[in-house]
Amino acid sequence: MKSRRLVWLSAPYVLWMALFVVAPLIVVAAYAFTVELADGSWQVTLQNFAGMAGYAGVFARSFLLAAIATVICILIGYPAAYLLARTPPGFRRIANMLIMLPMWMNFLLRTYSWMFLLERNGFINNILGSLGFFNLVNALNGALNGAFSLALPTDVAYFEFLGSQGAVVLGMVYNFLPFMILPIFSVIEKIDPRVIEAAQDLGANSRQVFRKVIFPLSLPGVLSGVTMVFIPSVSTFVISRLLGGGTNILLGDLIEMQFLGNAYNPHLGSAISLVMMVIVLVCMGIMNRFGEGEGEAVLL
Amino acid sequence: MSKELIRLSDCFMKFDDDVILDHINLYINDKEFLTLLGPSGCGKTTTLRIIGGFQKPTSGDVFFDGVRINDVPPHKRKVNTVFQKYALFSHMNIFENVAFGLRINKVPVPDPSDPKRTRYVKVPEEEIKRRVDEALALVNLSGYGRRSVNSLSGGQQQRVAIARAIVNRPQVLLLDEPLGALDLKLRKDMQIELKRIQQQVGITFIYVTHDQEEALTMSDTVVVMNEGKIQQIGTPEDIYNEPKNAFVADFIGESNIIDGVMHEDRVVGMYGKKFPCLDGGFAPNEPVDVVIRPEDIDIVPEEQGQLTGTVTEVTFKGMHYDIIVDFRGFKWLIQTTDFSPVGARIGVKIDPDGFHIMKKSAYSGMFGDYSSYSSEYDELNEDRLEAEDGDEE
Ligand SMILES: Nc1ncnc2c1ncn2[C@@H]1O[C@H](COP(=O)(O)OP(=O)(O)OP(=O)(O)O)[C@@H](O)[C@H]1O
Ligand SMILES: [Mg+2]
Repeated sequence: MKSRRLVWLSAPYVLWMALFVVAPLIVVAAYAFTVELADGSWQVTLQNFAGMAGYAGVFARSFLLAAIATVICILIGYPAAYLLARTPPGFRRIANMLIMLPMWMNFLLRTYSWMFLLERNGFINNILGSLGFFNLVNALNGALNGAFSLALPTDVAYFEFLGSQGAVVLGMVYNFLPFMILPIFSVIEKIDPRVIEAAQDLGANSRQVFRKVIFPLSLPGVLSGVTMVFIPSVSTFVISRLLGGGTNILLGDLIEMQFLGNAYNPHLGSAISLVMMVIVLVCMGIMNRFGEGEGEAVLL
Repeated sequence: MSKELIRLSDCFMKFDDDVILDHINLYINDKEFLTLLGPSGCGKTTTLRIIGGFQKPTSGDVFFDGVRINDVPPHKRKVNTVFQKYALFSHMNIFENVAFGLRINKVPVPDPSDPKRTRYVKVPEEEIKRRVDEALALVNLSGYGRRSVNSLSGGQQQRVAIARAIVNRPQVLLLDEPLGALDLKLRKDMQIELKRIQQQVGITFIYVTHDQEEALTMSDTVVVMNEGKIQQIGTPEDIYNEPKNAFVADFIGESNIIDGVMHEDRVVGMYGKKFPCLDGGFAPNEPVDVVIRPEDIDIVPEEQGQLTGTVTEVTFKGMHYDIIVDFRGFKWLIQTTDFSPVGARIGVKIDPDGFHIMKKSAYSGMFGDYSSYSSEYDELNEDRLEAEDGDEE
């Protein structure tokens, strides 16, 4: 009786999923396996997939940059989450809010602001300049030139941050870091302190407690953090567009161009999307298999 | 007598403004089986945690082998704990849970090149396997090594917790209600098993329970606690036969506790009559609490009784009957193999060694009346019950 009624509570969600997740997927698949002929009729074909080999570089770059960003997020996010989970609750709430704070701002705005920071006359170059950093670099280069008869530039006035892959990775890390910290934090926070006491009781010092108990127990959080950072990174197009300066196009840009850009070809765009989704799903599947013994990862 | 191993010296513990341990003084001898016994919330776990190093007393000292260890962290203490809530490692299987301590701790071996020096090496894998299997067999879980923690019942998890601690052969084992989740039969078996391990391996056990029978059957020494205070320390026989106050008498077994007065040595008065007893050393006419165990009372024909009363209730208990008898408004519990019907007038006889006389204490009048023995009498005694409930909080 009760459970029957509860089932109906999920109806809006099911409807939503059907309408906005399942249906679009079907449409995407329909586009991916067809082409539009000159007379406007559609023909079933694998041609879209065959034509994708030329984009292997974009695929590779996207997955590589997303992987680098994810690793950096782990390296920064794990210690942050760990320390956060050990602070007293009052401070913890404030710190949590500070982590969430940037997410209250629009994603585009956030990324734009990095553009202004990284520009030639942007904030960072200005700061470096007024600190005399470029003078130092020039002097150093001059000295090196003299000593080793090199031809390093001695008139550096700014760094070209924008347009580099580093800037893209920076944008990914900046935007998605909270999605790494929060799941790790919430898993570590929930570890029963008595289990830690049990490990200490059995002779484990704090390093061993971390290595043998806290870290393995926190892996599910890392896994869901990886999912939540890697997927949006691999498919982003705003970040590469704004910070990558259009030279380092990623899968997201490629797909966007097929739908909204001058390369208009929704069939190819759909095929690329589909392949990307499959690769991501396979990656996640493998990763979750790895983490299986350590507890179930939360796939969001 | 063996030597003292652990001493709690004037340990005082406060959480916020609540006094949790009120100046605990306690010493534990090497290879002793000592039990902390008391009702829920009396501070048993807190006492263990202080010994284990998980909590520091607000004031007072802890000594191990004569050395003050207040500031020694848990992983450096030669103590292992069986936690009340098991605290198993859910990311490891049963085998790895039990092997945890063995894998962490290096053992000293003589250095082959220089016999005077010792090296610290890992326990070899074969030995780990042998000892873990042994420990699992000990707690009746042979063959469970590959199972995951979550696939075990509460009782099985509890036994894994015991194996995980015992496998390290610590000098001292702290056990916090280690058998609480087991059924009666398994609990009895494990009691015998634990006692055997303790004697065989020669480990000092500090055992927490709120089951008085468990405490009496297993321990060398019983420490009765209530509200953060030690009420009495003694052998099981002492605690049972010579309870110090009404709380101990009531908590350890069933007791009728009656207001009395000590007329002179070996003569106690109650209900306006004099009874011969074996106790002495009280001031003349000093008011006292008289403890009479239900099994020390003989039912006799009314005219032969030292006291006479009316049977108000009879319950069959298997080995005996629980009979509630009303003696002028104060109800006693008598345990006897002879049946007496409800409403019968009976007499009772108590041998001099059946009386145990206690000085009046803060607990006088709070325990030892069986008026509230059954629901039938609850209504009549509502006031009294409410008063008792209030006291507990
Ligand atoms: N960390 C804590 N903060 C505040 N109060 C605590 C804390 N730990 C224990 N207490 C309080 O200390 C008292 C004694 O607790 P303790 O766990 O020692 O009782 P116990 O005798 O082991 O009881 P039980 O038989 O129920 O396990 C309780 O009133 C409890 O509420
Ligand atoms: Mg407890």
